Amino acid sequence: MDLSPRRFADALVLHPSGTLDHLTAPSFRAALDPHLARCAADGDRVVLDCSGVSYISSAGLRVLMLASKQAKAQGGTIVVAALLPLPLEIFAISRFDLVLPVFGTVAEALAEGSPAARAAFDLEGGA
Amino acid sequence: MRVRFWGTRGSIPVALTGAAIRDKIVAALVAAAARGIDTPDKARVFVDQELDFTVSSTFGGNSSCVELVTGRDDYVLCDLGSGARAFGNHVLATRGPTGHTFHVFMSHLHWDHIMGFPFFMPAYIPGNRIHIYGGHPMLAEAFRRQHAAPSFPVDFGRLGADIEFTRLETERDYALAGLAVRAKRQLHSGDSFGYRFEQAGKVVVYSTDSEHKRDDPAETDTFVAFFRGADLVIFDAMYSLAEAISVKEDWGHSSNVMGVELCQLAGVKHLCMFHHEPVHDDARLAAILRETRRLEEITRSGPRLEISSAYDGMEITV
Repeated sequence: MDLSPRRFADALVLHPSGTLDHLTAPSFRAALDPHLARCAADGDRVVLDCSGVSYISSAGLRVLMLASKQAKAQGGTIVVAALLPLPLEIFAISRFDLVLPVFGTVAEALAEGSPAARAAFDLEGGA
Repeated sequence: MRVRFWGTRGSIPVALTGAAIRDKIVAALVAAAARGIDTPDKARVFVDQELDFTVSSTFGGNSSCVELVTGRDDYVLCDLGSGARAFGNHVLATRGPTGHTFHVFMSHLHWDHIMGFPFFMPAYIPGNRIHIYGGHPMLAEAFRRQHAAPSFPVDFGRLGADIEFTRLETERDYALAGLAVRAKRQLHSGDSFGYRFEQAGKVVVYSTDSEHKRDDPAETDTFVAFFRGADLVIFDAMYSLAEAISVKEDWGHSSNVMGVELCQLAGVKHLCMFHHEPVHDDARLAAILRETRRLEEITRSGPRLEISSAYDGMEITV
Protein backbone atom coordinates (compact mmCIF):
# COMPACT_ATOMS: atom_id res chain seq x y z
CA MET A 1 0.00 0.00 0.00
CA ASP A 2 1.34 3.41 -0.95
CA LEU A 3 1.03 5.82 1.98
CA SER A 4 2.28 8.88 0.02
CA PRO A 5 4.29 10.32 2.92
CA ARG A 6 4.51 14.10 3.25
CA ARG A 7 6.77 15.87 5.74
CA PHE A 8 5.81 19.03 7.61
CA ALA A 9 8.64 19.98 10.01
CA ASP A 10 8.84 17.20 12.58
CA ALA A 11 5.56 15.61 11.48
CA LEU A 12 5.01 12.93 8.89
CA VAL A 13 1.60 12.72 7.28
CA LEU A 14 0.69 9.35 5.83
CA HIS A 15 -2.24 8.81 3.53
CA PRO A 16 -3.70 5.29 3.55
CA SER A 17 -6.54 4.75 1.12
CA GLY A 18 -9.29 2.36 0.16
CA THR A 19 -10.51 -0.26 2.59
CA LEU A 20 -8.45 -1.38 5.57
CA ASP A 21 -9.69 -4.91 6.14
CA HIS A 22 -8.34 -8.43 6.54
CA LEU A 23 -7.24 -8.44 2.89
CA THR A 24 -5.35 -5.15 2.95
CA ALA A 25 -4.19 -5.11 6.58
CA PRO A 26 -0.90 -6.94 5.89
CA SER A 27 0.16 -4.51 3.17
CA PHE A 28 -0.99 -1.56 5.29
CA ARG A 29 1.14 -2.78 8.16
CA ALA A 30 4.15 -3.41 5.91
CA ALA A 31 3.87 0.10 4.50
CA LEU A 32 3.52 1.60 7.96
CA ASP A 33 6.43 -0.23 9.59
CA PRO A 34 9.38 1.83 8.23
CA HIS A 35 7.68 5.07 9.26
CA LEU A 36 6.91 3.72 12.72
CA ALA A 37 10.57 2.99 13.29
CA ARG A 38 11.18 6.73 13.31
CA CYS A 39 8.11 7.56 15.38
CA ALA A 40 9.92 8.20 18.67
CA ALA A 41 10.40 10.87 21.34
CA ASP A 42 13.06 12.64 19.30
CA GLY A 43 11.71 11.54 15.93
CA ASP A 44 8.65 12.00 13.77
CA ARG A 45 5.12 12.65 14.93
CA VAL A 46 2.97 10.52 12.64
CA VAL A 47 -0.42 11.70 11.42
CA LEU A 48 -2.57 9.25 9.52
CA ASP A 49 -4.67 11.23 7.07
CA CYS A 50 -7.63 8.88 6.66
CA SER A 51 -9.61 11.03 4.25
CA GLY A 52 -9.14 8.34 1.61
CA VAL A 53 -10.17 5.39 3.79
CA SER A 54 -13.68 4.25 3.00
CA TYR A 55 -13.93 1.35 5.45
CA ILE A 56 -11.93 -0.09 8.30
CA SER A 57 -12.49 -3.52 9.80
CA SER A 58 -11.19 -5.11 12.99
CA ALA A 59 -8.11 -6.27 11.08
CA GLY A 60 -7.34 -2.70 10.02
CA LEU A 61 -8.00 -1.43 13.53
CA ARG A 62 -5.64 -4.06 14.87
CA VAL A 63 -2.85 -2.63 12.70
CA LEU A 64 -3.54 0.79 14.20
CA MET A 65 -3.47 -0.68 17.71
CA LEU A 66 -0.11 -2.32 17.09
CA ALA A 67 1.22 0.90 15.60
CA SER A 68 0.03 2.88 18.61
CA LYS A 69 1.66 0.42 21.01
CA GLN A 70 4.95 0.59 19.14
CA ALA A 71 4.89 4.38 19.01
CA LYS A 72 4.15 4.67 22.72
CA ALA A 73 6.93 2.22 23.56
CA GLN A 74 9.33 4.42 21.60
CA GLY A 75 8.04 7.60 23.22
CA GLY A 76 6.45 8.70 19.97
CA THR A 77 2.98 9.76 18.91
CA ILE A 78 0.67 8.53 16.18
CA VAL A 79 -2.73 10.12 15.62
CA VAL A 80 -5.60 9.77 13.19
CA ALA A 81 -7.18 12.61 11.23
CA ALA A 82 -9.92 13.33 8.72
CA LEU A 83 -11.90 10.12 9.15
CA LEU A 84 -14.85 9.84 6.81
CA PRO A 85 -18.28 9.43 8.47
CA LEU A 86 -18.44 5.64 8.19
CA PRO A 87 -14.96 4.87 9.57
CA LEU A 88 -15.57 7.54 12.22
CA GLU A 89 -18.64 5.64 13.40
CA ILE A 90 -16.68 2.40 13.42
CA PHE A 91 -14.02 4.10 15.54
CA ALA A 92 -16.66 5.20 18.04
CA ILE A 93 -18.48 1.85 18.18
CA SER A 94 -15.25 -0.07 18.64
CA ARG A 95 -14.06 2.51 21.24
CA PHE A 96 -10.92 3.15 19.21
CA ASP A 97 -11.50 6.84 19.74
CA LEU A 98 -10.40 6.13 23.32
CA VAL A 99 -7.20 4.48 22.14
CA LEU A 100 -5.93 6.76 19.40
CA PRO A 101 -6.27 10.54 19.30
CA VAL A 102 -8.72 11.44 16.52
CA PHE A 103 -8.76 14.86 14.85
CA GLY A 104 -11.27 16.29 12.43
CA THR A 105 -8.64 17.56 10.03
CA VAL A 106 -4.96 17.06 9.29
CA ALA A 107 -4.34 20.72 10.15
CA GLU A 108 -5.84 20.22 13.63
CA ALA A 109 -3.76 17.08 14.15
CA LEU A 110 -0.57 18.90 13.21
CA ALA A 111 -1.36 21.96 15.32
CA GLU A 112 -1.98 19.82 18.41
CA GLY A 113 1.53 18.47 18.59
CA SER A 114 3.70 20.80 16.58
CA PRO A 115 3.02 24.43 15.71
CA ALA A 116 5.99 24.28 13.35
CA ALA A 117 4.40 21.41 11.47
CA ARG A 118 1.10 23.27 11.29
CA ALA A 119 2.91 26.37 9.97
CA ALA A 120 4.68 24.29 7.33
CA PHE A 121 1.37 22.72 6.36
CA ASP A 122 -0.26 26.14 6.01
CA LEU A 123 2.64 27.35 3.93
CA GLU A 124 1.88 24.67 1.41
CA GLY A 125 -1.69 25.86 1.28
CA GLY A 126 -3.02 23.16 3.58
CA ALA A 127 -1.86 20.63 1.07
CA MET B 1 -35.81 -25.27 17.76
CA ARG B 2 -36.09 -22.65 20.48
CA VAL B 3 -33.34 -21.14 22.57
CA ARG B 4 -34.08 -20.02 26.11
CA PHE B 5 -31.54 -17.99 28.08
CA TRP B 6 -31.31 -18.72 31.81
CA GLY B 7 -28.01 -16.94 32.41
CA THR B 8 -26.34 -14.36 30.19
CA ARG B 9 -23.80 -12.53 32.36
CA GLY B 10 -20.07 -13.03 32.04
CA SER B 11 -17.53 -13.90 34.70
CA ILE B 12 -19.69 -13.49 37.81
CA PRO B 13 -23.40 -13.14 38.58
CA VAL B 14 -24.65 -9.67 39.31
CA ALA B 15 -27.84 -8.37 40.92
CA LEU B 16 -29.72 -5.15 40.40
CA THR B 17 -29.04 -2.77 43.25
CA GLY B 18 -31.72 -0.99 45.21
CA ALA B 19 -30.59 2.26 43.66
CA ALA B 20 -30.96 0.86 40.14
CA ILE B 21 -34.50 -0.41 40.91
CA ARG B 22 -35.37 2.97 42.38
CA ASP B 23 -34.18 4.71 39.21
CA LYS B 24 -36.36 2.40 37.12
CA ILE B 25 -39.41 3.07 39.30
CA VAL B 26 -38.85 6.82 39.11
CA ALA B 27 -38.56 6.71 35.34
CA ALA B 28 -41.64 4.51 35.03
CA LEU B 29 -43.76 6.71 37.31
CA VAL B 30 -42.85 9.86 35.44
CA ALA B 31 -43.61 8.22 32.12
CA ALA B 32 -46.89 6.77 33.42
CA ALA B 33 -48.06 10.07 34.90
CA ALA B 34 -47.76 11.69 31.52
CA ARG B 35 -50.06 8.99 30.08
CA GLY B 36 -52.67 9.01 32.84
CA ILE B 37 -52.07 5.41 33.86
CA ASP B 38 -54.44 4.76 36.78
CA THR B 39 -55.37 1.06 36.76
CA PRO B 40 -53.33 -2.14 37.07
CA ASP B 41 -54.46 -3.31 33.64
CA LYS B 42 -53.47 -0.05 31.99
CA ALA B 43 -50.18 -0.19 33.89
CA ARG B 44 -49.37 -3.71 32.63
CA VAL B 45 -50.06 -2.76 29.03
CA PHE B 46 -48.04 0.41 29.45
CA VAL B 47 -45.11 -1.49 30.97
CA ASP B 48 -45.19 -4.23 28.35
CA GLN B 49 -45.74 -2.07 25.30
CA GLU B 50 -44.46 1.41 25.94
CA LEU B 51 -41.74 1.49 28.55
CA ASP B 52 -38.18 1.14 27.37
CA PHE B 53 -36.67 -2.29 28.13
CA THR B 54 -34.06 -0.72 30.40
CA VAL B 55 -36.84 0.71 32.58
CA SER B 56 -39.37 -2.13 32.50
CA SER B 57 -36.91 -5.00 32.76
CA THR B 58 -33.25 -5.93 33.09
CA PHE B 59 -30.72 -7.94 31.16
CA GLY B 60 -30.27 -9.96 34.32
CA GLY B 61 -27.41 -11.26 36.25
CA ASN B 62 -27.09 -15.04 36.17
CA SER B 63 -23.94 -16.48 34.65
CA SER B 64 -23.97 -18.62 31.52
CA CYS B 65 -26.72 -21.17 31.04
CA VAL B 66 -28.64 -21.59 27.78
CA GLU B 67 -31.35 -24.14 26.99
CA LEU B 68 -32.04 -25.55 23.54
CA VAL B 69 -35.68 -26.59 23.34
CA THR B 70 -35.71 -29.36 20.77
CA GLY B 71 -39.23 -30.66 21.06
CA ARG B 72 -38.06 -33.86 22.72
CA ASP B 73 -38.53 -34.84 26.35
CA ASP B 74 -34.80 -34.63 27.06
CA TYR B 75 -33.43 -31.27 28.10
CA VAL B 76 -30.40 -29.75 26.36
CA LEU B 77 -28.26 -27.10 28.03
CA CYS B 78 -25.09 -25.18 27.32
CA ASP B 79 -23.09 -24.52 30.47
CA LEU B 80 -24.08 -24.68 34.11
CA GLY B 81 -23.54 -21.16 35.36
CA SER B 82 -25.78 -19.71 38.05
CA GLY B 83 -28.68 -19.66 35.57
CA ALA B 84 -28.85 -23.45 35.96
CA ARG B 85 -30.41 -22.97 39.38
CA ALA B 86 -33.43 -21.18 37.94
CA PHE B 87 -33.64 -23.69 35.10
CA GLY B 88 -33.61 -26.67 37.49
CA ASN B 89 -36.30 -25.15 39.67
CA HIS B 90 -38.40 -24.48 36.57
CA VAL B 91 -38.16 -28.14 35.56
CA LEU B 92 -39.20 -29.34 38.99
CA ALA B 93 -42.11 -26.89 39.10
CA THR B 94 -43.42 -27.69 35.65
CA ARG B 95 -42.65 -31.39 35.14
CA GLY B 96 -42.08 -32.83 38.58
CA PRO B 97 -38.99 -33.93 40.45
CA THR B 98 -37.81 -37.07 38.72
CA GLY B 99 -37.53 -39.07 35.52
CA HIS B 100 -35.75 -36.34 33.56
CA THR B 101 -32.73 -36.58 31.27
CA PHE B 102 -30.43 -33.62 30.79
CA HIS B 103 -27.70 -33.22 28.17
CA VAL B 104 -25.24 -30.47 29.06
CA PHE B 105 -22.54 -29.16 26.71
CA MET B 106 -19.78 -27.37 28.59
CA SER B 107 -17.86 -24.54 26.96
CA HIS B 108 -15.20 -24.84 29.64
CA LEU B 109 -14.72 -25.31 33.33
CA HIS B 110 -14.15 -21.84 34.67
CA TRP B 111 -16.09 -21.11 37.80
CA ASP B 112 -18.79 -18.93 36.27
CA HIS B 113 -19.75 -21.78 33.93
CA ILE B 114 -20.05 -24.53 36.56
CA MET B 115 -21.15 -22.62 39.68
CA GLY B 116 -24.85 -23.35 39.18
CA PHE B 117 -24.47 -27.10 39.41
CA PRO B 118 -24.39 -27.37 43.23
CA PHE B 119 -27.75 -25.57 43.20
CA PHE B 120 -29.21 -27.57 40.31
CA MET B 121 -31.89 -29.43 42.25
CA PRO B 122 -32.51 -32.24 39.74
CA ALA B 123 -28.96 -33.43 40.45
CA TYR B 124 -29.98 -34.33 44.01
CA ILE B 125 -32.96 -36.46 43.03
CA PRO B 126 -32.67 -40.18 42.17
CA GLY B 127 -34.26 -41.09 38.88
CA ASN B 128 -32.79 -38.16 36.96
CA ARG B 129 -29.99 -38.65 34.43
CA ILE B 130 -27.43 -35.97 33.62
CA HIS B 131 -25.02 -36.34 30.70
CA ILE B 132 -22.27 -33.73 30.78
CA TYR B 133 -20.22 -33.33 27.60
CA GLY B 134 -17.09 -31.28 27.08
CA GLY B 135 -13.69 -31.15 25.54
CA HIS B 136 -11.56 -30.80 28.65
CA PRO B 137 -9.70 -33.72 30.20
CA MET B 138 -10.59 -32.46 33.70
CA LEU B 139 -14.32 -32.34 32.98
CA ALA B 140 -15.43 -34.65 35.81
CA GLU B 141 -12.75 -33.51 38.22
CA ALA B 142 -13.84 -29.87 37.99
CA PHE B 143 -17.38 -30.76 39.02
CA ARG B 144 -16.29 -33.12 41.79
CA ARG B 145 -13.83 -30.60 43.17
CA GLN B 146 -16.48 -27.89 43.31
CA HIS B 147 -18.60 -30.09 45.59
CA ALA B 148 -15.70 -31.10 47.84
CA ALA B 149 -14.87 -29.61 51.24
CA PRO B 150 -14.18 -26.87 52.05
CA SER B 151 -15.96 -25.39 49.03
CA PHE B 152 -19.41 -27.00 49.49
CA PRO B 153 -21.21 -29.01 52.18
CA VAL B 154 -22.61 -31.78 49.96
CA ASP B 155 -20.04 -34.04 48.34
CA PHE B 156 -20.50 -34.97 44.68
CA GLY B 157 -20.83 -38.63 45.69
CA ARG B 158 -24.00 -37.86 47.59
CA LEU B 159 -25.87 -36.52 44.56
CA GLY B 160 -28.85 -38.71 43.77
CA ALA B 161 -28.99 -38.39 40.01
CA ASP B 162 -27.15 -40.67 37.62
CA ILE B 163 -24.38 -38.38 36.30
CA GLU B 164 -22.08 -39.26 33.42
CA PHE B 165 -19.23 -37.30 31.87
CA THR B 166 -18.28 -37.69 28.22
CA ARG B 167 -15.28 -36.09 26.58
CA LEU B 168 -15.97 -34.94 23.03
CA GLU B 169 -13.41 -34.61 20.28
CA THR B 170 -13.26 -31.57 18.05
CA GLU B 171 -13.78 -31.62 14.29
CA ARG B 172 -16.04 -34.65 14.62
CA ASP B 173 -19.79 -34.96 14.16
CA TYR B 174 -21.87 -36.45 16.96
CA ALA B 175 -25.53 -37.37 17.16
CA LEU B 176 -26.63 -36.51 20.70
CA ALA B 177 -30.00 -35.65 22.22
CA GLY B 178 -31.60 -35.58 18.79
CA LEU B 179 -29.10 -33.04 17.53
CA ALA B 180 -26.14 -33.15 15.19
CA VAL B 181 -23.34 -31.68 17.30
CA ARG B 182 -19.86 -30.50 16.40
CA ALA B 183 -17.36 -29.04 18.86
CA LYS B 184 -14.63 -26.50 18.10
CA ARG B 185 -11.66 -25.55 20.22
CA GLN B 186 -11.53 -21.81 20.99
CA LEU B 187 -8.92 -19.40 22.29
CA HIS B 188 -9.40 -18.96 26.04
CA SER B 189 -7.28 -19.57 29.10
CA GLY B 190 -7.14 -23.37 29.34
CA ASP B 191 -9.16 -23.59 26.10
CA SER B 192 -12.89 -23.37 25.59
CA PHE B 193 -15.16 -25.20 23.17
CA GLY B 194 -17.87 -23.86 20.92
CA TYR B 195 -20.74 -26.04 19.73
CA ARG B 196 -22.63 -26.13 16.47
CA PHE B 197 -26.03 -27.75 16.90
CA GLU B 198 -28.25 -28.75 14.01
CA GLN B 199 -31.78 -30.08 13.99
CA ALA B 200 -34.16 -30.31 11.03
CA GLY B 201 -32.05 -27.94 8.98
CA LYS B 202 -31.82 -25.29 11.68
CA VAL B 203 -28.41 -24.39 13.10
CA VAL B 204 -27.57 -22.80 16.44
CA VAL B 205 -23.95 -22.05 17.38
CA TYR B 206 -22.95 -21.49 20.99
CA SER B 207 -19.58 -19.74 21.05
CA THR B 208 -18.73 -18.08 24.31
CA ASP B 209 -15.47 -17.30 26.11
CA SER B 210 -13.66 -17.17 22.80
CA GLU B 211 -11.05 -14.60 21.84
CA HIS B 212 -10.52 -13.67 18.19
CA LYS B 213 -7.25 -11.93 17.47
CA ARG B 214 -7.67 -11.61 13.70
CA ASP B 215 -3.90 -11.93 13.30
CA ASP B 216 -4.19 -15.25 11.50
CA PRO B 217 -6.53 -15.31 8.47
CA ALA B 218 -6.53 -19.13 8.47
CA GLU B 219 -7.82 -19.18 12.06
CA THR B 220 -10.51 -16.68 11.15
CA ASP B 221 -11.54 -18.92 8.28
CA THR B 222 -12.09 -21.85 10.65
CA PHE B 223 -14.59 -19.79 12.65
CA VAL B 224 -16.30 -18.53 9.53
CA ALA B 225 -16.73 -22.17 8.50
CA PHE B 226 -17.98 -23.10 11.98
CA PHE B 227 -20.57 -20.29 11.90
CA ARG B 228 -21.42 -20.75 8.21
CA GLY B 229 -25.12 -20.28 7.45
CA ALA B 230 -26.19 -20.54 11.09
CA ASP B 231 -29.67 -19.38 12.00
CA LEU B 232 -28.37 -18.13 15.33
CA VAL B 233 -24.90 -17.53 16.76
CA ILE B 234 -24.66 -16.93 20.51
CA PHE B 235 -21.45 -14.93 20.74
CA ASP B 236 -19.16 -13.68 23.49
CA ALA B 237 -19.32 -9.89 23.10
CA MET B 238 -18.04 -9.00 26.54
CA TYR B 239 -15.64 -6.22 25.60
CA SER B 240 -15.33 -3.43 23.09
CA LEU B 241 -12.95 -4.23 20.25
CA ALA B 242 -10.45 -1.70 21.58
CA GLU B 243 -10.43 -3.38 24.99
CA ALA B 244 -10.24 -6.87 23.53
CA ILE B 245 -7.09 -6.13 21.56
CA SER B 246 -5.36 -3.80 24.00
CA VAL B 247 -5.67 -3.75 27.80
CA LYS B 248 -7.73 -6.96 27.87
CA GLU B 249 -5.84 -8.84 25.20
CA ASP B 250 -5.40 -12.50 26.15
CA TRP B 251 -8.24 -12.31 28.67
CA GLY B 252 -10.09 -14.73 26.41
CA HIS B 253 -13.10 -12.73 25.28
CA SER B 254 -14.38 -10.98 22.20
CA SER B 255 -16.39 -7.96 21.09
CA ASN B 256 -19.54 -6.88 19.31
CA VAL B 257 -17.49 -5.70 16.34
CA MET B 258 -15.85 -9.09 15.94
CA GLY B 259 -19.22 -10.80 16.23
CA VAL B 260 -20.71 -8.71 13.45
CA GLU B 261 -17.72 -9.25 11.16
CA LEU B 262 -17.54 -13.00 11.63
CA CYS B 263 -21.30 -13.43 11.27
CA GLN B 264 -21.37 -11.29 8.14
CA LEU B 265 -18.52 -13.30 6.63
CA ALA B 266 -20.32 -16.53 7.52
CA GLY B 267 -23.76 -15.52 6.25
CA VAL B 268 -25.35 -15.93 9.70
CA LYS B 269 -28.98 -14.85 10.11
CA HIS B 270 -29.01 -13.77 13.76
CA LEU B 271 -26.21 -12.72 16.09
CA CYS B 272 -27.05 -12.76 19.79
CA MET B 273 -24.53 -11.00 22.02
CA PHE B 274 -23.83 -12.92 25.20
CA HIS B 275 -21.60 -13.15 28.29
CA HIS B 276 -22.14 -9.53 29.22
CA GLU B 277 -19.50 -7.58 31.10
CA PRO B 278 -20.65 -7.52 34.76
CA VAL B 279 -19.66 -3.87 35.06
CA HIS B 280 -22.25 -2.82 32.47
CA ASP B 281 -25.70 -1.73 33.64
CA ASP B 282 -28.88 -2.06 31.58
CA ALA B 283 -28.49 1.33 29.96
CA ARG B 284 -24.96 0.52 28.83
CA LEU B 285 -25.94 -2.87 27.42
CA ALA B 286 -28.88 -1.29 25.59
CA ALA B 287 -26.54 1.35 24.13
CA ILE B 288 -24.13 -1.34 22.96
CA LEU B 289 -27.05 -3.14 21.29
CA ARG B 290 -28.07 0.05 19.46
CA GLU B 291 -24.48 0.66 18.34
CA THR B 292 -24.05 -2.91 17.16
CA ARG B 293 -27.24 -2.75 15.10
CA ARG B 294 -25.92 0.46 13.59
CA LEU B 295 -22.57 -1.18 12.83
CA GLU B 296 -24.37 -4.01 11.06
CA GLU B 297 -26.37 -1.50 9.05
CA ILE B 298 -23.40 0.57 7.87
CA THR B 299 -21.23 -2.45 7.06
CA ARG B 300 -23.90 -4.61 5.43
CA SER B 301 -23.06 -5.92 1.99
CA GLY B 302 -25.50 -8.82 1.84
CA PRO B 303 -28.65 -9.95 3.62
CA ARG B 304 -29.44 -8.22 6.90
CA LEU B 305 -27.93 -9.78 10.02
CA GLU B 306 -30.36 -9.60 12.92
CA ILE B 307 -28.72 -8.44 16.14
CA SER B 308 -29.96 -9.03 19.67
CA SER B 309 -28.51 -8.93 23.15
CA ALA B 310 -29.31 -11.87 25.41
CA TYR B 311 -31.12 -11.34 28.69
CA ASP B 312 -32.17 -13.79 31.36
CA GLY B 313 -35.57 -15.13 30.30
CA MET B 314 -35.17 -14.29 26.61
CA GLU B 315 -36.36 -16.82 24.02
CA ILE B 316 -35.42 -17.02 20.36
CA THR B 317 -37.09 -19.35 17.88
CA VAL B 318 -35.10 -20.43 14.85
